[in-house]
Amino acid sequence: MRRYSLYAAAVAALLGVLGFWLMEPWQGTGPRDAGAALQVPAIGGPFALTATDGSTVTGETYRGKIMLVYFGYTSCPDACPTTLNDIAGALAELGPLADRIEPLFITVDPKRDTREVLANYVRAFDPRIVGLTGTPEQIAAAAKAYGVYYAPYKTADVPDGYLMDHTSVVFVMDEAHRFVASFTQDTPAAQMAERLRKLIAKTS
Amino acid sequence: MLRSILLTGLLVIAGIATATSQAPTVKVEHAWARATPGGAKAAALYMTLVNKGSADDRLVSVTTPVAGKAEVHSTTTENGITRMRPVEALDAKAGTSTVLKPGGYHVMLTDLKAPLVAGQSFAVTLTFENAGKIDATATVEKAGAQAPGAMPGMKM
Repeated sequence: MRRYSLYAAAVAALLGVLGFWLMEPWQGTGPRDAGAALQVPAIGGPFALTATDGSTVTGETYRGKIMLVYFGYTSCPDACPTTLNDIAGALAELGPLADRIEPLFITVDPKRDTREVLANYVRAFDPRIVGLTGTPEQIAAAAKAYGVYYAPYKTADVPDGYLMDHTSVVFVMDEAHRFVASFTQDTPAAQMAERLRKLIAKTS
Repeated sequence: MLRSILLTGLLVIAGIATATSQAPTVKVEHAWARATPGGAKAAALYMTLVNKGSADDRLVSVTTPVAGKAEVHSTTTENGITRMRPVEALDAKAGTSTVLKPGGYHVMLTDLKAPLVAGQSFAVTLTFENAGKIDATATVEKAGAQAPGAMPGMKM
């Protein structure tokens, strides 16, 4: 009985911590947050994509590394550069600890974001950021695993006639690739670095 | 007689003052853009529109020699999903400053003639409904910069 209640307390504590992590990024954005919280176990999962050097990568490629998973596209001049710049800033603040982290930028616009375009784009922020693309099916599968939404918005105003709507959230996956936190473009680099430092301290 | 001359003089002065206050009073400040990472074809241009006048105005178009197209866009994020949408005209209300900044409004520059390189600057022409054409110079900050570097007190 005593052991059982200890177990229950541990589970409750774990749920509480998970809940707290979830509240961080979704703070004050409304009742749908509850829906997001319920999807906790669904964030993350296997993926198979292509790196800018042409090699195939999966979660196994980054085994033992903390992954920062961010979906975006290179023709995005506002949200994506803001987020990638924050990620680059966090990596710089972490110094050598950044070796424990694998930041992934997965395009939701494979038509325009060729491997070359992607490589040049991510390099401008930090050469450690990995640009990933794939077939539309592979990208859809990866996005689904992370609960990421993306869709073209057609407008004659821009070249190629579309913009991409997309979930602009950085998913922090621990070294076992379990979802532990998320950042948005409003999360300053210093705050990202602090959160990651805590995570690294806990896992080392 | 003297009185009427004085009165006329006062009226003229008053007239000049009124004319001055009705002249275009929209100012474009701190125009800046982000360097284009690795030859990206789209860039965002930000600025502050200061309308010190007593009449509302609207930014209706933007042109710049560095891009084939320049359109005002808004960025909104709801439940983590970010959407960019074209904006027909941007209000510059009387007596207010309208700030175009990351995560809000920006001028989307597309069909860039050449990459925007940090440290460079380029010319921009803004057309307002009332104020007409206003020329400004935009400075290029590093890719992903959050604010123009030269502004004191801003987070770098």
